[in-house]
Amino acid sequence: MVVWTDKERAAISDIFSKLDYDDVGQKCLSRCLIVYPWTQRYFGAFGNLYNAEAIMNNPMIAKHGTTVMQSLERALKNMDDIRNTYAELSVLHSEKLRVDPGNFRLLSDCLTIVIAAKMGTAFTPEYQASFQKFLSVVVSALGRQYH
Amino acid sequence: MQTCAVRPSRHSTFTHSTSATGYNMLTKHEKELIAKIWDKMIPVASDIGAECLLRMMTTFPGTKTYFAHLDIRPGSPHLRSHGKKIVLAIAECSKDISSMMVTLAPLQTLHAYKLRIDPCNFKLLCHCILVTLAAHMGDEFDPVAHAAMDKYLSAFAAVLAEKYR
Repeated sequence: MVVWTDKERAAISDIFSKLDYDDVGQKCLSRCLIVYPWTQRYFGAFGNLYNAEAIMNNPMIAKHGTTVMQSLERALKNMDDIRNTYAELSVLHSEKLRVDPGNFRLLSDCLTIVIAAKMGTAFTPEYQASFQKFLSVVVSALGRQYH
Repeated sequence: MQTCAVRPSRHSTFTHSTSATGYNMLTKHEKELIAKIWDKMIPVASDIGAECLLRMMTTFPGTKTYFAHLDIRPGSPHLRSHGKKIVLAIAECSKDISSMMVTLAPLQTLHAYKLRIDPCNFKLLCHCILVTLAAHMGDEFDPVAHAAMDKYLSAFAAVLAEKYR
């Protein structure tokens, strides 16, 4: 069972309260596809991913980014049981989408950096540590149903 | 299956790559971008360096084990001077990335034989350097700059680990 301190809960809630999911979702996912181009292998049906500009302007990527952020909000609202909250999503990613679970960490690193760029120095080391702990629990839950 | 342009693949973590000089991975534009960013960090090397280290030790507490000999409380002069050393080394190397193997030879020896920091920690610091750059540069740290910087820091870390075994 993951133990969250009050400070960690407050930091993570505060960060989420400042996020525009459409904006952050699009930036995070497109950044992942640009910085780690091999992740594009999972987006064959998403249209033009030819270069950084195409990726950043791709509406299907933007829409999917929002979907990812909405899922993270579910984890936020169920912080004490992320494992079960994500059980179905884990099965989806392993059996249908067949995503290498190593990629979850890449996306979560990109999200951390997008939020740092947005919040500036308000994204303190303590905020970063709390947020990365949250993301590592999410990543672990997503990887649980791989057999 | 892929509809995107195929680019040479790269590993996000290097182990023993003797071609990890950054020379083949980075375009001329990317090298200029990297040098420009680090040039701006030189005057604030202590602040930036201390922040990178503090982020790393707060987010990844295992890394604190290498700093038992220093005062690593926020704002400590040790953190600032140690952070400054790291930032200046990265900045210096960025001025001539093609010569990375030569420039970093003394640091390779230091890390392999004296410090013996487990190289898995290098990517933790690299990530925190990217976070620090993003926090200070905002939108200017766009995906293209991020990609270039990640490649450069990965190459730097790989070269640093080359003499380990």
